[in-house]
Amino acid sequence: MLEVRELSVTYGAVSALRSVSFRAQEGEITAVLGANGAGKTTLLRAISGLAKPKSGSVHFDGRELLGNSVEDIARRGVAHVPEGRGIIEELTVEDNLHVATLWCTPRGRRQAAIEATFELFPRLSGFRHRHASTLSGGERQMLVLGRALITRPRLLLLDEPSLGLAPLVIAQLMTLLVDQTSGSDMTVVLVEQNARSALSVARRAIVLNLGQVVADDLAPTLAVNTELRRHYLGF
Amino acid sequence: MAPADVARYQVSPETGKPLRPRPWWGRARFPRQPLARHLVLALLGAVVLYFVTSALSPYNNVLVGEIALYLIALAGLSLLTGTTGQISLGQGAFMAVGAYTVALLMTHTHMNFVLELLAAIGAAATLGLLVGISATRLKGPYLAGATLLLALALPPIADKWSTTFGGDQGLTTIVPTAPGGINPEEWLAWIELAGALITLVLLANLLTSRFGRSFRAVRDNEVAASLSGVHVARTKVTAFAVSAGCAGLAGAFLGLSTGVVSTGEFPLTLSIELLAAMVLAGAGSLFGMWWGAILLVYVPQWSTSVSGDFGLGAGTSAYLATIIFGVVLIVVMIAAPSGIQGGLRWLWEHVSKQWSISRDERAAPRHATHFPPSAADHQPNLVHDPLNE
Repeated sequence: MLEVRELSVTYGAVSALRSVSFRAQEGEITAVLGANGAGKTTLLRAISGLAKPKSGSVHFDGRELLGNSVEDIARRGVAHVPEGRGIIEELTVEDNLHVATLWCTPRGRRQAAIEATFELFPRLSGFRHRHASTLSGGERQMLVLGRALITRPRLLLLDEPSLGLAPLVIAQLMTLLVDQTSGSDMTVVLVEQNARSALSVARRAIVLNLGQVVADDLAPTLAVNTELRRHYLGF
Repeated sequence: MAPADVARYQVSPETGKPLRPRPWWGRARFPRQPLARHLVLALLGAVVLYFVTSALSPYNNVLVGEIALYLIALAGLSLLTGTTGQISLGQGAFMAVGAYTVALLMTHTHMNFVLELLAAIGAAATLGLLVGISATRLKGPYLAGATLLLALALPPIADKWSTTFGGDQGLTTIVPTAPGGINPEEWLAWIELAGALITLVLLANLLTSRFGRSFRAVRDNEVAASLSGVHVARTKVTAFAVSAGCAGLAGAFLGLSTGVVSTGEFPLTLSIELLAAMVLAGAGSLFGMWWGAILLVYVPQWSTSVSGDFGLGAGTSAYLATIIFGVVLIVVMIAAPSGIQGGLRWLWEHVSKQWSISRDERAAPRHATHFPPSAADHQPNLVHDPLNE
C-alpha cells in the first residue's frame, strides 16, 4: 500500500503541492485528477524521487521512500512512466527493455522477460531492432509502459498515458491496465487529464486543485458528483 | 520488402532451393559471441599490423607506434564523450599521470614492465575516478571547463616538485630490450600496437555489455535511465575512470616513445587536439578512432613537408599543422557531421545498396515468382486487445 502524508513541494516561491495526503491500495488503480497546474505530475515526481519535497512522507509497503535516489526507488519496485514518454531514443526497442531488466532479472531470464513483454505489445516485436526514436507516439507509449511492466513493479506511477493518443488506443491501453492490475499485488497511481477515461478504470480517485486535495473518494461516487465534475473535471 | 531482398529470397519452383546459393565468402561468419568476435578481429588486425610494421622503416615504425598510443587515448575519450556524453578536456592530464607514473617507477624501482604499465593505468584511473565523482553534477560546457582546469593545473604541480618530477628536464624512460634481431623502434611499435588492440577488445566488449547499454542510456536521457534503475552517477564515474585509465596507458607509451617525460609533452593543446580528433573521427565509434589517431600523427608530418617544399619559416610551419587540422575539421563536419567513420559507413551502405539492387536486377530470372511469407503478411495488432478475443 502507498501512503502519502502531508506532502508539500515548492519550486522556488511557488507551492506545487500543499500538504497532500492520500492512500492507494494494492490491486487497485487510484486516479489523480485535476486541471493543468494542479500538481498531479509533481505528486508522481515526488513519489519517484525526481522532485524533492519540502516536507511530508511517502510510505510504500511500510518503508519510507523520500530521501532515496531515483534509481534506488526504482529498484524498490516503483516504476514511473513519465509524461512525454521518457524512452531512450538512441537505444533500440529491445535495448530499452533490456536496460530495465539489468537490476531486477537474472541474466538467464532477461530474454524471456523481453519476449513476454513483446507478447503483451505485439506491435513492438516487429520493431525490436529499430532505434526507439523511429517509433510513433502510440508505440512509444507502449514501449515505456512495457519498460515499466517488465520490472514487475509493486507500484506503477502513470503520468498522462493517454496524452496525444487516438481514442481507440486509449481504450486498449486502459483495458490492458485493468488486466494487469486486477488480481495482482500491483498498486497503480494514474494521473490523467481525461477524467472520464480515468474514472472508468479506477477504484478510487483524488482531485487536486492548486496543489491541494479537494476530493478523495471512490471513483463511481466522484463520477456522479455533478458539482465536482463541473468545477474541476470539465465533463 | 526492398527489391534486393526479393531477389535474394527467390527459390527454384522445381527444387525449392535458392536459385543463387551464397558464395563461400558469404557463408563465412564471425563468431556471434561478442568477446570471441572481437578477439578474432584483433587477431586479424595483429597479423596485418605485423606485416605492415615489418615492411616499414624504423622512423615510420615510430609513427605507427604513436598512432597506436593516440588510438588508445582517443578510444577512451570516445567512450567518455561519444558514448556517455561527458565532454572532457582533461585527457592530456590523465596521459601525463600515466607517463609520470611509469617514469617514476622506472627511475626508482625495478618493477616488471607490464606491472609498470598497469600501475600507470591504475594511477590515471584513480584520478579519473576522483574527477568523475566531483563531475557527476556537471554537464556540457561546465564539465569541459572543470576538466580544462585539470589540464591547466597538472604542469604547475610537476614544476613545483621539480626534484621529484624532474622539472623542465623531465624524467627519462627506458624501453624494454628487444629480443634478438628486432630493431628497437619496431619492438616499441609492437608493444604499443598490442596495447592498442587489447584496449580496443576490452572497450568493445564493455560497450556490448550491460555497461554499454547503461552508458548510452545515460547519454541519451538521464531521467529515463534513472527511472529504469540505472545508477546515473555511478555509470558516469565508471566511464570517467575507464577513459582516464586508457589515457594513462597512452601517456605511458608516449613517455616511452619520446624517451623523456616532461610537462612540455602534455600541453593543453594536446587535450584539445584529442577532443577535436575524436569528433573528426566519429565520436562513439571505436574503430573510427584509427582515423583520428592517423590524422594526429600525420598532419604535423605533412605540414612540415609542405613548409619545406614552399620554403616557409619555422614559425609558420609550427602553426600550419593546427591550420590544416582546423580546415580538415570544418570540411569533414560539413560533409559528414557524424565524422569520418560515420561518413564512410553512410557511403558503404549507399554503394552496397545500389550495387546489390543492380546486381539482383540483372540476375533475377523472370519465371521465379515464389516468395516466402514476409513479416508484413502477419502484421500483428496494435496492442493486445482483450475485447477482440
